[in-house]
Amino acid sequence: MTQLPQSTERKMGLVIDLDTCVGCHACVISCKGWNTENYGAPLSDQDAYGANPSGTFLNRVHSYEVQPAEGAAQLIHFPKSCLHCEDAPCVTVCPTGASYKRVEDGIVLVNESDCIGCGLCAWACPYGARELDAAAGVMKKCTLCVDRIYNDNLPEEDRVPACVRTCPAGARHFGDLGDPDSAVSQLVAERGGMDLMPELGTKPVNKYLPPRPKDTIEDQIDILAPLLAPVAEEPKGFLGWLDKALEKL
Amino acid sequence: MHPAPSVIVFTTLSGLGFGLMFFLGLGLPDVSGWVAFVFFAVAYALAVGGLLASTFHLGHPERALKAFTQWKTSWLSREGWCAVLALMVTGLYAIGVIFLGQRWAGLGLLGSLLSLATVFTTSMIYTQLKTIPRWNMKLTPAMFLSFSLAGGALLAGQTTLAIPLLLIAALVQILYWRQGDQAFANAGTTLATATGLGDRGTVRAFEPPHTGTNYLLREFVHVVGRKHAEKLRVISFGLAFVLPVLLLVLPFNHLFAALAVLSHLAGVAVSRWLFFAQAEHVVGLYYGKR
Repeated sequence: MTQLPQSTERKMGLVIDLDTCVGCHACVISCKGWNTENYGAPLSDQDAYGANPSGTFLNRVHSYEVQPAEGAAQLIHFPKSCLHCEDAPCVTVCPTGASYKRVEDGIVLVNESDCIGCGLCAWACPYGARELDAAAGVMKKCTLCVDRIYNDNLPEEDRVPACVRTCPAGARHFGDLGDPDSAVSQLVAERGGMDLMPELGTKPVNKYLPPRPKDTIEDQIDILAPLLAPVAEEPKGFLGWLDKALEKL
Repeated sequence: MHPAPSVIVFTTLSGLGFGLMFFLGLGLPDVSGWVAFVFFAVAYALAVGGLLASTFHLGHPERALKAFTQWKTSWLSREGWCAVLALMVTGLYAIGVIFLGQRWAGLGLLGSLLSLATVFTTSMIYTQLKTIPRWNMKLTPAMFLSFSLAGGALLAGQTTLAIPLLLIAALVQILYWRQGDQAFANAGTTLATATGLGDRGTVRAFEPPHTGTNYLLREFVHVVGRKHAEKLRVISFGLAFVLPVLLLVLPFNHLFAALAVLSHLAGVAVSRWLFFAQAEHVVGLYYGKR
């Protein structure tokens, strides 16, 4: 049913560190790979090798430039996928019950065999987390790699979402955000984790850690700087003569 | 939003068809036999034709029956129920009027109310979306209902009712456009709140995730054609309201009445095109677009 649960036993989700993300898009690729080869309809591409390629992705990395009132602009890479909202508007609009939020862990999923591909859930999502697959005609979204995180056939270190497992910068963290003592909850508390578009009342489970302030550059870069002044001067003596002679040639 | 032809045809035709059904259920005009048959046939053709058109944009139309299950939360599911009930109840009423010379007034009234409820539930599919501020307004259901009633009165040949209803719909349309133009700014969602980075400076979209386009941009960021919006508003308003009212004020003539209906239909279709094309989804902010 598309009625949202009053509360969920756990709130599994991601914490994304905007300070650490280097914008390499490895999470995008590993997500596409895992979710194409495993659960559900594959994430299709259209005209993949042609002039106008386009395809379904459950995770996309944007890049933003933030210009403070004073000082240099900062480039911030911004991965974005389903935030598994507590008050998920995508679930309640679904006419067929294909979209649902799990009571046991709060993951928002789509039952693809019930999806009629009306697209209304994608309209209701403010984050662009849902994409209608052009080949399969059903709605695709992040499953939080539900087929990895409980998968006893995988080594224990692999029982996290593919994006988290692959991130070379350690910018993605996975855990229970409903448990205040969990590592991710402590990280959020310590770093001031934030919600995206809080004014829309979706209560996202996923949190974003804001970039730490950058060092400011003082007038003098280094106390050794004066000693490093350029030493090239007008050549004298034999070299001076050679220089002049060569100039005249 | 992408102005998909299927949803424009659906909301335009079904709105008109259920509007006509509303008046037929009330016994306006008071007809029977073959004349009644033609009236009901037109109403059903419009309403059912529109509903069928709406299934064309589905990825899996063969599963459409599943859409009746989630009426507790989903306006789209409620719309399905209202439409089916309105068509069934009005159908029974029509059998009495056409074949038995009986007017079951209670049944007709129920059919009328269900017809209006169908239009209301359609409008709520759009109104409920906080992600699209231009739709997330009380004026959206007011517009759908006033258009449906005005068009229905026009089709039912209720000249004395149609003129004031057309004027009301015209007023609602102007208010909708005026408030709608402010809606996105008033909603307060910006790239600053979308990224959470607004308190540290001015945020600018620097690089999109991919060089090509994607489903989100195709579906939600429709900027082509918005530049002609002002002209299209004038055209829509003239066709939907001004011309039909002028034609109704003239001495009655069947040709004028038919022209008034066609003009109204074309005007409402243009208005619906603008309803979608001008609607801006907040996800566009992430791409530095509207």
